[in-house]
Amino acid sequence: MPEPEPPEPYSSGGGRVPDDGGAIAATGAGGAMDLATSEGTTLEKTPGGPEGTGPAGRPRSLWSDAWRDLRRNPIFIISGLVIVFLVIISIWPSLIASGNPLSCDLAKAQEGSQPGHPFGFNGQGCDVYTRTVYGARTSVTVGVCATVGVALLGSVLGGLAGFFGGVWDAILSRITDVFFAIPVVLGGLVLLSVVTSSTVWPVIGFMVLLGWPQLSRIARGSVITAKQNDYVQAARALGASNSRMMLRHILPNAIAPVIVVATIALGTYISLEATLSYLGVGLKPPTVSWGIDISSASQYIRNAPHMLLWPAGALAITVLAFIMLGDAVRDALDPKLR
Amino acid sequence: MGRYVIRRLLQMIPVFFGATLLIFLMVNVMGDPIAGLCGDKQCDPATAAQLEKEFGLDKPVWQQYLTYMGNVFTGDFGTAFNGQKVTELMAAAFPVTIRLTIVAILFEIVIGISLGVVTGLRRGRPVDTSVLLLTLVVISVPTFVTGLLLQLLLGVEWGIIKPAVSTEATFSELIVPGLVLASVSLAYVTRLTRTSIAENRRADYVRTAIAKGLPRRRVIVRHLLRNSLIPVVTFIGTDIGALMGGAIVTERIFNIHGVGYQLYQGIVRQNTQTVVGFVTVLVLVFLAANLIVDLLYAVLDPRIRYA
Amino acid sequence: MLLEVRDLHVEFRTRDGIANAVNGVSYTVDEGETLAVLGESGSGKSVTAQAIMGILDIPPGKITGGEILFQGTDLLKLKEDGRRKIRGAKMAMIFQDALSSLNPVLSVGAQIGELFTVHKGMSRKDAKAKAVELMDRVRIPAAKERVGQYPHQFSGGMRQRIMIAMALALEPDLIIADEPTTALDVTVQAQVMELLAELQRELRMGLILITHDLGVVADVADKIAVMYAGRIVETAPVHEIYKAPAHPYTKGLLESIPRLDQKGQELYAIKGLPPNLMHIPPGCAFNPRCPMAQDVCRADVPPLFEVSPTRRSACYFWKETLDG
Repeated sequence: MPEPEPPEPYSSGGGRVPDDGGAIAATGAGGAMDLATSEGTTLEKTPGGPEGTGPAGRPRSLWSDAWRDLRRNPIFIISGLVIVFLVIISIWPSLIASGNPLSCDLAKAQEGSQPGHPFGFNGQGCDVYTRTVYGARTSVTVGVCATVGVALLGSVLGGLAGFFGGVWDAILSRITDVFFAIPVVLGGLVLLSVVTSSTVWPVIGFMVLLGWPQLSRIARGSVITAKQNDYVQAARALGASNSRMMLRHILPNAIAPVIVVATIALGTYISLEATLSYLGVGLKPPTVSWGIDISSASQYIRNAPHMLLWPAGALAITVLAFIMLGDAVRDALDPKLR
Repeated sequence: MGRYVIRRLLQMIPVFFGATLLIFLMVNVMGDPIAGLCGDKQCDPATAAQLEKEFGLDKPVWQQYLTYMGNVFTGDFGTAFNGQKVTELMAAAFPVTIRLTIVAILFEIVIGISLGVVTGLRRGRPVDTSVLLLTLVVISVPTFVTGLLLQLLLGVEWGIIKPAVSTEATFSELIVPGLVLASVSLAYVTRLTRTSIAENRRADYVRTAIAKGLPRRRVIVRHLLRNSLIPVVTFIGTDIGALMGGAIVTERIFNIHGVGYQLYQGIVRQNTQTVVGFVTVLVLVFLAANLIVDLLYAVLDPRIRYA
Repeated sequence: MLLEVRDLHVEFRTRDGIANAVNGVSYTVDEGETLAVLGESGSGKSVTAQAIMGILDIPPGKITGGEILFQGTDLLKLKEDGRRKIRGAKMAMIFQDALSSLNPVLSVGAQIGELFTVHKGMSRKDAKAKAVELMDRVRIPAAKERVGQYPHQFSGGMRQRIMIAMALALEPDLIIADEPTTALDVTVQAQVMELLAELQRELRMGLILITHDLGVVADVADKIAVMYAGRIVETAPVHEIYKAPAHPYTKGLLESIPRLDQKGQELYAIKGLPPNLMHIPPGCAFNPRCPMAQDVCRADVPPLFEVSPTRRSACYFWKETLDG
């Protein structure tokens, strides 16, 4: 990036009071929900918006700069490819797995790898490979639906509170405080212990219910930051209406941290689903889920660890892919860390 | 300073009542509190009705909540499913979980901060990249998987530790479970310290310290670290509450009879009093930890103290 | 000679290429002498100063050539520990933004006193007494009461006085002040500058005053070095340069100062932008902006021509510039 000034070895940035909002928010028990917030804090300070001009005077936005960075980032490319692959096999699992995840043969229970069954068989004699492939659908569905729900609810509530301020903001802040005081896994145990439905919806509903305060805090922070930008103040002075201000000036600049935190949160929701299933309150058979498979395999871990390792590995790679994607996007969007 | 503390205390009151009310409502949604009271057998309708009256369950929920809170403030947390006082269960469970949490926090402080400082000072070098990737892997593998694998490897395969923790749950038995409990937070502490150090490293006041001819060690410890650790201290402090509440998974894996174990039993047996009682105490711990963090914050950062 | 910089070269390696920040700078400072280094941001004046102090960020910065002789020793040949002992004790630096340059979480007394405990091995109690003494000396009222306060509790001018106190603490032989008054209110600027000049005379220190403000220079400096694109384009005793500049860039700088006797006329501004340090124009770096540029200026880098025994100019047409 050719700049008219030499890179001054020491720029500015000393003596800033670090924002404590995110760290306070880190209450996700079992660590499922807290990565996004604890790290999202840096983003709240990100000055969004158009900045700098290219060599030919061509205006460059935060987004096109970020995209330029991302395309060169191997972490982004790898995690992106993994996610595309996961989405494809979630939609068409039969592409790479011909068997039926629910057809099992007890006679083969706990058997190891053999031709046609590379991952072996689980405690009920089901093919571990087929179940691992089919498990992706559940995890991706839970992750995506929970994230979309959390992001919509959280950013609308948080964004409005940040934009209008005053009483609503104060009330919302106290409500989020209340939610942060309750450990997530604990809340899941209490709420989901009576659910008998074997669908994914109660789990998703629970995640939205307990997850939105995290996103609302991020959204509120970034809306307040965006609102204080000079050009937003200028637009207000020129008489722009509230809705125009929000959509045209604030939304594009406030949305970056929300996207980053949501991407990372997606990974943690998948992890949380597995944790809840392990505790026996998440998804229930006959749903095919990595969490359920890991949970039932954990009893036989001494004799047949392969039953646990394959779904656990798939789970870890999936979560890792989303977290790394979010991480890469954050690095690209945070000019301060360049 | 005094006003700052009072303001924080006042802000905590609605959070305390909100969180306990929320959990109270959730537990009520959870199911029939009477079913739990008769032990494993089905209650007969007459006993059920009598119990309902006795516990005031025929009253509206808000009234039950007020009564319950009134009792809590006199130290009466009710009775658990096996007829034991909930306070007795707490007396047995909390010391165990507190020990577990202490071990976990020590791991966070010692390993997390050291790794964060090392990587923050060497941003972009191989050691930084590898630690960063390692933290991502730790964060991505769910705690229960990490726990099961460590138990399998250290406990069963190599026989370094006992796979299950005894009822005494001494510190030495809790080292591995503490590491498992801390693992995810440990990764965050590393990353947070790293970011904070890397950001402050270029700060003007660090340049001043170098220009004053201070030894490198002194520049890092007295000037850089002191400023960079402020957000880390905040994180670790608030994590205390989260760790104690999140110990359910770890305690289940290693069969530790702590808070998580009792809560799990309470939920499985649908015992309202146990669940609400333990959660109330956990919320209090969380709030107390937050208050301590606020105080520490003021001690570490004079700009807050004199604000 | 207190300080002699010889043909210093510094570059910065960034993701986007190499920026040539300093390209062969030479200057000298005598005991008790004040050298003003003038130039726009990006001219390399601060980078040169940081190289002298030994506080360049390496990497991305890299000193690729030259010598820095301080009291006869080449600083660039010293080990880090040797340089550290000079920093703060024999040469000290005053930075532009005192608020960010002071550590927000340590009391000002601790930050001043630290110099005495580290360099002189004094006890903390003695160091604190010294800090009070110094704060008195830079005329901070109620020094005794304020020694335990934190930077944010002081006003801008007072904070800069604390920076000066810190720099003077060990009575160094050389002070480098990097835009010491730029961040201050105009009324405070003069007071701080006056204080600095007075203490410098008293202690007979060499002073390098880095600034882009010609107004500040006239009163305090003995000689001036004007920098452009990492090179010195003109050096001269201060009164001569104001009378008649020998380089078109210096001329442009002087003409862009608003003057009362030219009221009503359009203010002069040097046209164009400062050069991109990754692609410095061939020949004289100033040629794209220079009204007098000829073919020779675009072809070869001008050497420093001797205008008078005390004066140099890096312009092929220094005579023409001097005359008109």
